[in-house]
Amino acid sequence: MKRETTTKDLWILFKSMFMLSACTFGGGFVIVSLMKKKFVEELGWLEEDEMLDITAITQSSPGPLPVNASVIIGYRMKGILGSLIAVLGTIIPPMVIISTICVFYTQFRTNPYINMALQVMRAGVAAVIIDVTWNLAKNVWNGKSVFYIALMIVAFISTYFLGISGMIIILICLGIGITDAIISVCKKEGANKNELTD
Amino acid sequence: MNLLTKLFFAFIQVGMFSVGGGYAAIPLIQEQIVNIHQLMTMEEFSDLITIAEMTPGPISINSSTFVGTRLAGVFGAILCTLGCIIPSFIICLLLAHFYYKYRSFTGVQKVLSAMRPAVVALIGSAGVSILMLALFNSTLSQASLSNLRIIELGIFAVSLFLLRKFKHKVGAIKVILGSGVVGTILYLICGAIA
Repeated sequence: MKRETTTKDLWILFKSMFMLSACTFGGGFVIVSLMKKKFVEELGWLEEDEMLDITAITQSSPGPLPVNASVIIGYRMKGILGSLIAVLGTIIPPMVIISTICVFYTQFRTNPYINMALQVMRAGVAAVIIDVTWNLAKNVWNGKSVFYIALMIVAFISTYFLGISGMIIILICLGIGITDAIISVCKKEGANKNELTD
Repeated sequence: MNLLTKLFFAFIQVGMFSVGGGYAAIPLIQEQIVNIHQLMTMEEFSDLITIAEMTPGPISINSSTFVGTRLAGVFGAILCTLGCIIPSFIICLLLAHFYYKYRSFTGVQKVLSAMRPAVVALIGSAGVSILMLALFNSTLSQASLSNLRIIELGIFAVSLFLLRKFKHKVGAIKVILGSGVVGTILYLICGAIA
């Protein structure tokens, strides 16, 4: 996994971000699913856990999610230079597309074919996200930790059915994780003391 | 202050305070551009949201480019977009640095492990929302079988099958663009028959 990043890799990084950004409709989680598919499954550059951590970080930082994710993935590949390249790849397509649309705004909005294509494309987008979720959830499930499985289910209900914002859910889980870490440290110290007294 | 600096600083604020996805940026842009600086009418602004949602790319980048182009041409678009991403660029760079430095520590691992299932749930929730929108053009609570769109259901099923069956060989972008093309053709054929 830890191999040298070549110039060719940087070009692939730029190209991947460019393509993902050019073809992704909807909110930030759509592009995160696509990034997971591209960088974890297709290219094997990142580990699955790493991608989830990156998503958690991007979700709890300000600013557009896809840009944040590009910054971190780029940094992972080639430091600040990597970040710059990845972010450029992410922002060029929407900038070009929007500037063009600004000029042809009315024609674009009333074109029935464009509207139709945009609408049916959602079905494909949904399939990609469900596929990614399926893989991710399977791994949480196979981890056989009742705690993490319960956390996943409760988080899903909170966000989908109760409409609680993603950032709040991540921050609550951050709190749970910190508590968990402190408890395990205390336990370890307790065990060490017991060993000493024995 | 001239228009360009005004826009730049307005969008730095948008970038800094829009926490939690693209939709969080919309009310902030509205406040800066429509209410405070009165550079756009509310009508233009609602067009902006429609376009930002209809086109690919992050919503806040789309909106800042749109506002910039409308008000100050290409140079405005670049300045607004830069303003929008500079705060998060710096913050994420710092976070990335600390993440890669400390992520192998046991304590940090425990904290991260508790956040991962939540991220899976968030991605899943986004997926279900889009699926409902695609199949019923509504949310789950308002969905009824009579509104089910057969073409979308078929495209979804075939796409998911391809993705599951051929794992790494089928790229996500091909599936999305393919469903757009195939779906449009199917709708045109159905329209022609009816």
